[in-house]
Amino acid sequence: MDFLQLILTLDSTVRLSVVLLFACLAGLFSEKSGVVDIGLEGKMLISAFVAAAVAYETGSAWIGVLAGCAASLIFAMIHGVASIIYRGDQIISGVALNFLASGLTIVLGHAIYKKGGQTPTLTGNARFTEITLPFADAVRDVPVLGPIYSELISGQTALVYLAFAVVPAVWFLLYRTRFGLRLRAVGENPSSVDTAGISVVGMRFKALFFTGILCGIAGAYLSTAQAAFFGREMSAGRGYIALAALIFANWRPLQAMGASLLFGLLEAISNLYPKIDVFGVVTIPVQFTQALPYILTVVILAGFIGKASPPRSVGVPYVKEN
Amino acid sequence: MTFMKSLLGATATLALTAGAAFAEPAMIYDMGGKFDKSFNEAAYNGTQRWADETGGTFREFEITSEAQREQALRRFAEEGNNPIVMTGFAFASALETVAADFPDTKFAIIDMVVDQPNVRSVVFNEHEGSYLVGMMAAMASESDTVGFIGGMDIPLIRKFACGYVQGVKAVNPDATVIQNMTGTTPAAWNDPVKGSELTKAQIAQGADIVYAAAGGTGVGVLQTAADENILSIGVDSNQNYLHPGQVLTSMMKRVDNAVYEAMSMGEDLETGFNVMGVGNGGISFAVDEYNADLMTDAMLAAGYKAALDIATGALVVHDYMSDNSCPVE
Repeated sequence: MDFLQLILTLDSTVRLSVVLLFACLAGLFSEKSGVVDIGLEGKMLISAFVAAAVAYETGSAWIGVLAGCAASLIFAMIHGVASIIYRGDQIISGVALNFLASGLTIVLGHAIYKKGGQTPTLTGNARFTEITLPFADAVRDVPVLGPIYSELISGQTALVYLAFAVVPAVWFLLYRTRFGLRLRAVGENPSSVDTAGISVVGMRFKALFFTGILCGIAGAYLSTAQAAFFGREMSAGRGYIALAALIFANWRPLQAMGASLLFGLLEAISNLYPKIDVFGVVTIPVQFTQALPYILTVVILAGFIGKASPPRSVGVPYVKEN
Repeated sequence: MTFMKSLLGATATLALTAGAAFAEPAMIYDMGGKFDKSFNEAAYNGTQRWADETGGTFREFEITSEAQREQALRRFAEEGNNPIVMTGFAFASALETVAADFPDTKFAIIDMVVDQPNVRSVVFNEHEGSYLVGMMAAMASESDTVGFIGGMDIPLIRKFACGYVQGVKAVNPDATVIQNMTGTTPAAWNDPVKGSELTKAQIAQGADIVYAAAGGTGVGVLQTAADENILSIGVDSNQNYLHPGQVLTSMMKRVDNAVYEAMSMGEDLETGFNVMGVGNGGISFAVDEYNADLMTDAMLAAGYKAALDIATGALVVHDYMSDNSCPVE
């Protein structure tokens, strides 16, 4: 593999990781607060649809993103009402939302645009286009650093830069602020938070607010940046891979970025090199590369490498003792 | 109560006889959906053409999950719809059981063979059409590298790929064909993002023409090809209009003709095995105002000549599904 190919692989990795990264951070907020969120997939899907539809109608991709976030937020709040207030099963609520999104996007898309659930193609400002950073063309011929800057760092869409900017912000919020401490505590030991006079329900809803927003951006990225339209079921299981990445990252933000990049890299490799020859001895089939994220997650969960340490009260509805 | 019962009975009988007297044909679309701009949309166009020409009415249903296949078939058959046409290989097992339960109803399935006395099976020689567009891709390519992006990795899609590669190599034996399949589950038909990423990957490897045989995923392929200023080749329906001047041609599988024919025969639907190929107008490549500037005279001449040779049998394109292997790669 020569250097330029490496850059192209990494370029593809970055594009593919971003959606996982946003969704993974979304799941991080929710699960850190003690709410399991299998509904990342559904929230991404509804956001992808709403973002594409609104971007098409208004001609602005950013308004599309906002609308997508709003739709995803509504879904997150429904999940909150069902699983925090009414203490319903968090998995069932999440799965139900996934089904709702799957059906709703097709029905609405069909009713509005009559294209079998697809939205019209976005053009111009209605979609995110690649941003060329300053001097990208000037430094292209500089060895090593030139291609890294002009191919890899420059020429991504705005949401890609946003994704990598969000990671340290999330880290800071979770580990360096009072809000973050409370949020983590509510997922570990909610009764102690309650004793301190802080509302467990309130904290969990605040966490779901961030989940909704981040998931909304993930969905909007799919339909307005990676593709230029919404197609039915276009999230194609990425919400579940993001959950796997979250487990792989052991519920930590910086590691979440690492896990998303790793899973993105594996997908990029399977796209670019369907068959990998290992010194001409064995050929690794593409299916193996595609399955690797799941295999790695299972290995982590089984405790072979390190130890999965989920928030202690994740999945447990909080019942206040009288 | 007795009166009520007899009234209900009478209504039911009336409904049944009414159903039998005006047997409406029914159309069931596969998961891609009626307006997938491709395979199912072609079926819809055929149905609509039949309705416009005859003034007849039809019933239709788009399935959204596997469980609905048998359900939909049974419901239409019970309600007396005849014939019942469906698109997609995945209907095979459901049709196998339903056709046996309703021996008086005629069924037509596109893209698959179901061996029942009341079923018409229509299959297409996709490898022939793919061969033709493969030739054109090789002639239009400047980098001598062309791409193929398939949907779900099934023998049918490999048949497309194999025909395409044969066409490319017939024109330029040294050309490279990069092949990718989107996935191994039905989600591969609806993943435009992956389609787009695969296109970028193929462009990175030098491809300047990509042929998409991937249902809804193909929309993403064509979009990215247009964005990156390379040419693409559409499939099933004529997709040239999606990006005028940037889609070289489309491999047209005249599903519309097949459906139209089945609908026209009505209750007297001729059952049995039916092959549609280049020879009988079932397969062709699209030439219209959107790609007129892209297709050179040499390409058209070569295309028409090969089509004629295939029709007369002078040229035989290897069918992947005949032995599950492809002589070229």
